[in-house]
Amino acid sequence: MKRVYTGLRGRLVAAFTLIAVTASALVAGIGYELVKNRVIERAEEVAVADVRETLEGSRVPIGALWPGDGPPTDLEISALQMSLRAQSRSVVVLYEDYLYPDGEFGLGDVPADLRTRAADRMVTKRQEIRGAMWLVIGTPVWRVEPIHIAQPTGMSVFVFVPLSQEEQLLVGMRRPLAAATAIMLVVALTVALFSAQRVLLPVRRLGSAARALGAGHLDTRLPVRGQDELAELTATFNDTAAALERSVSELRALEAMSRRFVADVSHELRTPLTAMTAVTDMLSEEAGRLPREPATAVRLVLREIERLRTLVEQLIEASRFDSGTAVLNPETVSVADAIHDCLEIRGWSEQVEVAVPAGLAFSVDPPRFDVILANLVGNALRHGEPPVVVTARATAHGLEVKVRDHGGGIPPTDLPHVFNRFYKAGRRGDGSGLGLSIARSNAQLHGGTISVRPQRPGTLFTVWLPSTRPPAQAPA
Amino acid sequence: MRRWKNNDRVAGILLVEDDPSVRTGLELALARQGHSVTSYATGEEALDHIRSRRPEIAVLDVMLPGIDGVEVCRRIRRMDQLPVILLTARGDDLDVVVGLEAGADDYVVKPVEPRVLDARIRAVLRRAESVSSDRVTFGDLVIDKGALKVSLAGHEIHLTPTELRLLLELVRHPGQVLNRRYLLRVVWDHTHAADSRLVDACVQRIRAKIEPVPAEPVFIHTVRGFGYRFSPP
Repeated sequence: MKRVYTGLRGRLVAAFTLIAVTASALVAGIGYELVKNRVIERAEEVAVADVRETLEGSRVPIGALWPGDGPPTDLEISALQMSLRAQSRSVVVLYEDYLYPDGEFGLGDVPADLRTRAADRMVTKRQEIRGAMWLVIGTPVWRVEPIHIAQPTGMSVFVFVPLSQEEQLLVGMRRPLAAATAIMLVVALTVALFSAQRVLLPVRRLGSAARALGAGHLDTRLPVRGQDELAELTATFNDTAAALERSVSELRALEAMSRRFVADVSHELRTPLTAMTAVTDMLSEEAGRLPREPATAVRLVLREIERLRTLVEQLIEASRFDSGTAVLNPETVSVADAIHDCLEIRGWSEQVEVAVPAGLAFSVDPPRFDVILANLVGNALRHGEPPVVVTARATAHGLEVKVRDHGGGIPPTDLPHVFNRFYKAGRRGDGSGLGLSIARSNAQLHGGTISVRPQRPGTLFTVWLPSTRPPAQAPA
Repeated sequence: MRRWKNNDRVAGILLVEDDPSVRTGLELALARQGHSVTSYATGEEALDHIRSRRPEIAVLDVMLPGIDGVEVCRRIRRMDQLPVILLTARGDDLDVVVGLEAGADDYVVKPVEPRVLDARIRAVLRRAESVSSDRVTFGDLVIDKGALKVSLAGHEIHLTPTELRLLLELVRHPGQVLNRRYLLRVVWDHTHAADSRLVDACVQRIRAKIEPVPAEPVFIHTVRGFGYRFSPP
């Protein structure tokens, strides 16, 4: 159950955080990109305008020479180079077959495609060179003077404009953006956890309330707060619990009434039975002096009184278990003695084989242990075939008593029901049908169990009682 | 072993039972066993006649109109040590516990077989038979077996026959733990799966009479889960 909570909470938190962080990252990223483009474009525009202006202002005689022009000197070219080189730019000039490199920059640093494209117009390209961003402007140089017709001069100029400042600016921006995203993540997580808690709290309350209901606390109700689906669910839960409580209490009342009735009837039957039982011995002796038919009638009545007595006693015993008034009075006894007493008092000693270790002592409620044993052995003798064998041994955690007969056995279809009340496994006429049920209740009162297993031939009943204290020697 | 087989003993039994059929049935059965029975329908009647009739044993139904059997037992105990057997409803544990606390010597469960009731009556009465007239002394405690009397530091204490038998049994084995089953057999003649609360209640009653502080016994010690031991201080 616990895992469902964390699962649901985890999923809620993850989804919430993912959405928040994605949105935040998206906004930051788009902003960053916009700023980046704007900054770089601006730098580009400035540099391009600067280069164009410089070149336009140049008076260096290049290209087709006009009258009065001399071919440009190296000095003049260098001067042009110098004029373009402002603001830590580097300039590479290519004129006819002459190359004028600048510092570490040479023609090799000019991207090939730029060089091609720069043959007839001014082009730009951003390029990373030796770990730094540069804007490379490539342009052919035109000459417009003196007749105001622009003519190509055969000179190409490549200006390397550093973008490190812009880069720094962007780096400077990236850090706070990353920090903002991180803060967003933390905030999103916190909010998500908190709201998941808020959402899941009613769910958890419903869960524990449902468990309490299942555990028999039928008066469990939950306060209904708000108007949402969970509030509706809570209200439904309350209604269901109320309906359940009503029907269960009705059922319990009916059941208690019928049990009470059985208990009352049994108690009421006891008085006439006591009067009848008081005179059974006398009648039994007198029957011997009666003619055959009345004697048979008297003996029949006596037999039925005995049966009725057993039935009423067992009904009363069963109602005591039902009402929970049965109590255990444990006492350490010698198991062998208890078994032998049980058999002897009922005259079964000759019919039953007993194998119990001498000196095996165990804490039981002696009358209840006697009832368990008497029921199992009585059943084995009545419905099974000899030999009926009773064995007992101490196990690691308790006492195990086995009662085995060698008869035809109980039909497999009846086997699961033998401990049910009034289940007589198809037999009629003998036994109240309560004996095994009472035996089991007595074992359960000890905290133990009775189980039944078919054997070939016969049936094996196993009683197991837990040790409340370790088995000890019986006192002398 | 079964000494009561010689049926010549005639006991005066006081029977209190409100149901006429049960009363008649028990009268018939007990009379057939050789007892002389005087029966009453209510506890009040029985108490009125108890002094004049001088019965040897009282058999009391617990459920009686007016004062119940337990109360009758309590009132009998106030005046003498007459043995009492209660007729209880099966399994009504409260009846049994309260009855034994009130001083009943034994109880039988309805519907009771006449043989069982007779055996219990004889067992109780046998305890009243004088064992011998020996005197046993343990410090302040002097037990007069013959007179069913015990004296503690010179003060005379009355014990019922059952109490005296139990005390004597414990005294006969000083320092030795006697389990309830053994005591039930030798004192109550209960041979099988008997109710050990008989012993517990009887020990409580003896303690109340002879122990200076019953909650901290010096004569009869409880050995939890096993039984009792007599060891004089």
